[in-house]
Amino acid sequence: MNQIPNSLRSSPDASGHFGAYGGRFVAETLMPLVLSLETAYEAAKKDPSFQAELSGLLKHYVGRESPLYFAERLTEHLGGAKIYLKREDLNHTGAHKINNCLGQILLARRMGKTRIIAETGAGQHGVATATVAARFGLPCTVYMGEVDMERQKPNVFRMRLLGAEVKGVSSGSRTLKDATNEALRDWVANVHDTFYIIGSVVGPHPYPALVRDFQAVIGAETRAQMLDREKRLPDLVVACVGGGSNAAGMFHAFLDDSGVEIHGVEAAGDGVNTPRHAATISKGTPGVLHGARSYLLQDADGQILEAHSISAGLDYPGIGPEHSWLKDIGRVKYHSVTDQESLDAFMMLSKLEGIIPALEPAHAIAHVSKIAGQMKKDQVIVVCLSGRGDKDIFSVAEKLGEKL
Amino acid sequence: MTRLSNTFARLKKEGRAAFVPFITAGDPDMDTSFAILEKLPAAGADVIELGLPFTDPMADGPAVQAASVRALAAGCTTAKVLKLIEKFRKADKTTPIVLMGYYNNVHAYGTARFVKDVAHSGVDGLIIVDLPMEEDEVLRVPAKAQGVDLIRFVTPTTDDARLKRIVADASGYLYYVSVAGVTGTKSVPEEEVRAAITRIRAATDLPCTVGFGIRTPEQAAAIASIADGVVVGSAIVSRVADNIAHGKERVVAEVLELSRSLAGSTHAARHGKVPA
Repeated sequence: MNQIPNSLRSSPDASGHFGAYGGRFVAETLMPLVLSLETAYEAAKKDPSFQAELSGLLKHYVGRESPLYFAERLTEHLGGAKIYLKREDLNHTGAHKINNCLGQILLARRMGKTRIIAETGAGQHGVATATVAARFGLPCTVYMGEVDMERQKPNVFRMRLLGAEVKGVSSGSRTLKDATNEALRDWVANVHDTFYIIGSVVGPHPYPALVRDFQAVIGAETRAQMLDREKRLPDLVVACVGGGSNAAGMFHAFLDDSGVEIHGVEAAGDGVNTPRHAATISKGTPGVLHGARSYLLQDADGQILEAHSISAGLDYPGIGPEHSWLKDIGRVKYHSVTDQESLDAFMMLSKLEGIIPALEPAHAIAHVSKIAGQMKKDQVIVVCLSGRGDKDIFSVAEKLGEKL
Repeated sequence: MTRLSNTFARLKKEGRAAFVPFITAGDPDMDTSFAILEKLPAAGADVIELGLPFTDPMADGPAVQAASVRALAAGCTTAKVLKLIEKFRKADKTTPIVLMGYYNNVHAYGTARFVKDVAHSGVDGLIIVDLPMEEDEVLRVPAKAQGVDLIRFVTPTTDDARLKRIVADASGYLYYVSVAGVTGTKSVPEEEVRAAITRIRAATDLPCTVGFGIRTPEQAAAIASIADGVVVGSAIVSRVADNIAHGKERVVAEVLELSRSLAGSTHAARHGKVPA
């Protein structure tokens, strides 16, 4: 089952499986659409005009390539390996999410779909979707859990400014998982005209593959920039993992570089030995949710458990199938850091580098702060700084006991 | 012959359609749902679809979602649902029970153990909403070996080529989803259903039931005149929700009364005539 192929970059297989994970676990009503999306995507991949339009938009609209920044003061402070930050926070809309949204809306247009829907947790994917929907003049509905709407108010307002309709979801834990259920319900009822822009490397095949491919620009740029700057590959690549899109995009270019160690960082919330965490890989078991087989937080009966993280973007009880596979074959090591550790890292990066990170990549920074000091000074770490922290200042202030 | 094939063969001979009520197991609690279940055949149920509650029922509308929430809050588990069916089966040897749910609960139970235990408890068919034909072999084959049919869906988005592949490995009956959408939110479009049933009959001899969007005795009668079975779910579980405040006896009485009325119009629809 876990036989390792020659290249780790060739998955998924034709039926959408990464090892034992992935697949297409959706209602029959959605299957024809999922299959036609796959056909459209395969054609687009080979179409030079599609690729040219996408790279043009990534350059002139998003501002790519994003810088690879040497974090000199952070490196000094931690006293070990050199730390580089891949600045996805400098993209238009402030996070990596836009890379994927542009790719998917071009696919939507190619398929003749006239209405866009999306789910969002932290609101970054919702903002990115609302942005591309505005850019291409398509109506857009974003589903968002009521809990997330409360803790990510600025992003709710941003989406509305961009002309999107934000629909609050009051079922279940009222977070990302429930927003995803509601988006799937909308999709199944509106298959004829609606394109569902999924925000992470989750969902039925081909979503985990196509989202990974649209995000792979992160790793591809990083690898080239690193070779240019350091004349070598990094020793360690680190990214935070909720559903896992920035990580999948960052890791992809390095999967076959056996000298490069790769770490994914999950949200441990109050701690992985408490009931309040989102450490799906560390504490979960394989199951089937939202169209794919992957690790899940669930009870013995297969009921989905509520995840918890201070970071709305990591607050999800599942993870992408590719990450589940990379964990099982041992290519990527998955670690976790707590809410408190990520808050400390959030403050540290703000003060040392003048960069306020989103709480999601603050988890990756927190992990690096634990290990950089034990590495040699001539070693190199690269961290995906997947988004900026402006959206998080309200929840951080609340945690610090300050009122804005 | 299985209980399912016997039932549809008998109904065909009688020239009427099956009334197929859906209730969620354990809703609002195990005892009340058993009280409903054991009296459904007498209230006119020819086949019973029993929902296995799931925390994240993506294909269901608000009514069935709420039923899952009630059942789980009252402590419903897969093991308890199987015991419930076993108890029903001790007294009723003829009414088929089809267990309907989502794959994660099956996966967590263990597919091999699940098919063995459901067969033992007296389940006749399985409907797993998020297991399209591309993924269903893992359950369909071992279930069949235990004499349990995996019921496949046909929907308004299923084209002829796909329909052909769906019916090739289907058994028991087919479930035609009358509208693209989640359960209980749109009304059944009769003319489209008529065209779809004609298309399905050309592809297979399997009985075809119709569900999603049938709420009233009038709608049930209209569908009964064209299909082999009429599934009503959201309207029934809504009746549970509407009467919880009035006590459990009232819940049971109201659900059975609605079932009798829907069964009556389903059974009377064709006046013994075989549909064209």
